[in-house]
Amino acid sequence: MNSDPSLPPKSSVKPWNDPRVRSAVFQILAILAVAWVGYSLFQNTLTNMASRGISTGFGFLDSSAGFGIVMSLIEYNESMSYGRTFFVGLANTLLVSGLGIIFATIVGFIVGVLRLSNNWLIARLALAYIEIFRNIPLLLQIFFWYFAVLGTLPSPRQSVSIGEVAFLNLRGIVLPKPIFEAGSGAVGIVLIIAIIISLAIARWAKRRQAATGQFFPVLPVSAALILGAPIIAYFALGSPIGWDVPALSGFNFRGGITVIPELGALLLALTLYTASFIAEIVRSGIISVSRGQTEAAAALGLPPRRVLRLVIVPQALRVIIPPLTSQYLNLTKNSSLATAIGYPDLVNVFMGTTLNQTGQAVEIVAITMAVYLTISLSISMLMNIYNRAVALKER
Amino acid sequence: MAVHQPLPDLPPPPSERGLWGWFRQNLFSTWYNSIASLVVGYLLIIWLGPVINWALISAVWTGEGTDDCRPGAACWIFIQQRLGFFLYGFYPAELRWRPNIVFVLFLITVVPQFFPRAPGRKWLALFGITGLPVLGFVLINGGFFGLDPVATSRWGGLMLTLILAYVGIIAALPIGVVLALGRRSEMPVIRGICVTFIEFWRAVPLITILFMASVMLPLFLPQGVSFDKLLRALIGITLFQSAYMAEVVRGGLQAIPKGQYEAAQALGFGYWRSMRLIILPQALKIVIPGIANTVISLFKDTTLVLIIGLFDLLGAVRSTLSDPAWRSVAAEGYLFVALCFWIFCFGMSRYSHNLEKKLDTGHKT
Amino acid sequence: MKKTLASISLATAGLLTLGMQAQAATLEDVQSAGELRCGVSTGLPGFSQPDSDGTWRGIDVDTCRAVAAAVLGNADAVEFVPLTAAERFTALQSGEIDMLSRNTTWTTVRDASLGLNFTGTNYYDGQGFLVKSELGVDSATQLDGASVCIQAGTTTELNLADYFRANGMEYEAIVFDTSEQSVSGFDNNRCDILTSDTSQLAALRTQLSDPSSAVVLPEIISKEPLGPVVRQGDDEWFNVVKWVLFLQINAEEYGVSMDNVDDMLSSDNPNVQRIVGTAGDMGDLLNLPADFGYQVISQVGNYGEMFERNVGPDTPIGLSRGVNALWTDGGILYAPPVR
Repeated sequence: MNSDPSLPPKSSVKPWNDPRVRSAVFQILAILAVAWVGYSLFQNTLTNMASRGISTGFGFLDSSAGFGIVMSLIEYNESMSYGRTFFVGLANTLLVSGLGIIFATIVGFIVGVLRLSNNWLIARLALAYIEIFRNIPLLLQIFFWYFAVLGTLPSPRQSVSIGEVAFLNLRGIVLPKPIFEAGSGAVGIVLIIAIIISLAIARWAKRRQAATGQFFPVLPVSAALILGAPIIAYFALGSPIGWDVPALSGFNFRGGITVIPELGALLLALTLYTASFIAEIVRSGIISVSRGQTEAAAALGLPPRRVLRLVIVPQALRVIIPPLTSQYLNLTKNSSLATAIGYPDLVNVFMGTTLNQTGQAVEIVAITMAVYLTISLSISMLMNIYNRAVALKER
Repeated sequence: MAVHQPLPDLPPPPSERGLWGWFRQNLFSTWYNSIASLVVGYLLIIWLGPVINWALISAVWTGEGTDDCRPGAACWIFIQQRLGFFLYGFYPAELRWRPNIVFVLFLITVVPQFFPRAPGRKWLALFGITGLPVLGFVLINGGFFGLDPVATSRWGGLMLTLILAYVGIIAALPIGVVLALGRRSEMPVIRGICVTFIEFWRAVPLITILFMASVMLPLFLPQGVSFDKLLRALIGITLFQSAYMAEVVRGGLQAIPKGQYEAAQALGFGYWRSMRLIILPQALKIVIPGIANTVISLFKDTTLVLIIGLFDLLGAVRSTLSDPAWRSVAAEGYLFVALCFWIFCFGMSRYSHNLEKKLDTGHKT
Repeated sequence: MKKTLASISLATAGLLTLGMQAQAATLEDVQSAGELRCGVSTGLPGFSQPDSDGTWRGIDVDTCRAVAAAVLGNADAVEFVPLTAAERFTALQSGEIDMLSRNTTWTTVRDASLGLNFTGTNYYDGQGFLVKSELGVDSATQLDGASVCIQAGTTTELNLADYFRANGMEYEAIVFDTSEQSVSGFDNNRCDILTSDTSQLAALRTQLSDPSSAVVLPEIISKEPLGPVVRQGDDEWFNVVKWVLFLQINAEEYGVSMDNVDDMLSSDNPNVQRIVGTAGDMGDLLNLPADFGYQVISQVGNYGEMFERNVGPDTPIGLSRGVNALWTDGGILYAPPVR
């Protein structure tokens, strides 16, 4: 390795010492090796499947599934196709990941800030939480919540009643279900209008502050608007939304919406586990903002609360967001552990029951991996764009 | 000439001193802090008291079976009764001295690594990544020098967890470094291959990989070729974590200022020499905390092998809990496993935290 | 390490000699490996479960051991590969195991589209229900709206859907990976009913923390012939696995058992002679050693012994022969003759 890239290639340089030639040769060899390995794997698989009489292709997706799924966000029954089970599983995966991300972010930010509290007891408590939850395997936490905690809830007939409309038992939480009657659309429209007005107020307040320096309390006004307007509309229109209150009949509650305990346990475990990482990320993001920034802001006369919002948070976010996204990705991938407790996510339904009933392992695993790849690549791509925008420019 | 003689400092006021002062500063500095401290303290006492009483004070530690347990008290009898199974799985009892030797060697190799001034640390580390795995395999698997072979399907418990984690780590680090260098290579093809590889492994859940490795692998290979199930799980976990390792190392490479690369070139160093002597030593030093985090997550991920039917520590405890005789101690069982994992992971994270502090040359306050 | 290195170099060599595919010859593979890789359940009392020493026991396990005795002359030359229901077919298809003996129901779809062949039935079963006695249910038709614990990837999952739809009832299926998990789900009151093959229900009931808290309902809602499975396209191996089981059933019919098999070597009953290999050339025809029948019976026993030892009335499972009795005893066990 004694080539010197800084010298221009001269006629005296032997071709095998010319870095450009070398690099071209390396790359061609690499392409050949990868192409050959890929081709062999592909060929092997095809030959093996043919010699073992396994049918190939995606035709199975249209045949009828014939098994029930405990929870589905989209309409599903046993007579629908295997293709449909894919979407049921996908929707459940997205549901638990989406909710997990929201809850984990909230809990993580709160704990991360509490971790920096000047109250010794609270800071220590936050630290204990972080150290406990992030150092125990997630699978174990899922088992713990599912079998050891939620397993101790009462049976349906001894349900814990919450104001006689919602019930908590071993089979989950049963909530009343809204029934939208005529006129309920108007309430929705009022809500949307309220949100638009709030956004407009925020823009106006910002512009006015930039121009005149006067401050307008955007947050309480918008909150009042978004919450208040639909409620007024709801009563003004004569309560157009009815409630289907669950009632005990036979073995279980009928009516209402049931949140199954598998979802609860998985969500609890995913939230608490991921939040412990997020809390650490938030904490290190906040302390990464140099103290001089706080002092400079104070010297400019900014009140402490706005120092946090205008000076520290924007700078901390630059540090926080990249690892935060990778936590979101992890959470999405970790939701596949659902299969251990039987929450019907993509891996449990599609790569579990559907794979087993059809035997089309290669196709199904390929589809499943493609889904996770798509989710992850889209998040990664957004992340890279963001990174490029905020990275410190080195000259 | 009168010498200016300052008076000695006055002691701080009593309210700022001693226990009371500490309380004032840390718990009751403002009215809302006081309320928060009181509420949290009260809740802690209310909850922790019964938990400690359940888990330690009134707990049952020794006995023959669940009949010796008392209601309202933790029952730790199963640990004593099933300890051999938790530690070794189905490994034959009369041959357990073999993994024991390996474990002692493992301790001798690893413990000095945490003390920078321990003598012979480098040689032990070299032994740890070369000799120990070979020796460990010979001893635990047998089949050489007249040792009875023990099939990998009989390995289990904490022993299996440690094997998976240790081998996974020493294999994932070099692969990760190579991938990271490839990702920053100037050759577009090499870069493309490495990016694809890394992004693929980072995107896919580990259990789908383990599923593929455990039941589908023969479909992709020519007929008659087969690997041991444990080895496959190991390869799956290693490749998965090496992608994460690669991203950690890449972070370190990116943090090295451009000047270092340029200085290496100016000295006439080729690519590999400049990487080996200048860039990697600095980059790896920066990312030691990141590597430690990857190690911790690898350690925790080993629990997933129970989904493909290997009995690691969690698998061994779960299999005990599925026995009707021990079903009533589920909470204790999970707590026991949690504690085992927690000790390892917490120790590791404390260590990396200390290193982080030591290596931190920044000037933040 | 040697083995590992060997397989790695083999893999590389295999990739090199791409396209060179030998005909699937499982029998030769097993003989040259000196070991039979047999897929069994991760834990189902009476069928396949490791005991406290890690030794696998059960009727499915004995089916594997019988094949190993026939092919290799050693019933212990088996590597048991524990599989969940969801993994089993993929493992067999991919060649991960040589045969599957994991209480697997013989159905048209599985036989025709998975690239698999069922070699026979080692236990005739049917699907039933286990219900909490406190619910006061005495018939499966009263189960409308119940939550049902079930194991993933089984025919029971499909039968359940059919049965409830046919009777116009609703249900909620809670699907677990292994039968252990579905039992603990049932035990923890997550479901009202546990459904599975009736042979298993008795065994699973013993695993409850209070076995008297649950009852098995009288209805049997499906036919579940359970048997060993091999890959399609290897008729030689198919015949071996098929005839080992038939031979065990025939041995019971002609009274050849573990205890008397040595005496039977001198028997002059031609049927017995063909079973123990002193007459005829059954071994040759199946490409097995001539004494394979003797090895099977002396090491594993006949079908009846296999049944009694693992699931019979004297075991904790306590099943009676029922339909699994020989056809001469009023059951439906009828094996083609060894001749």
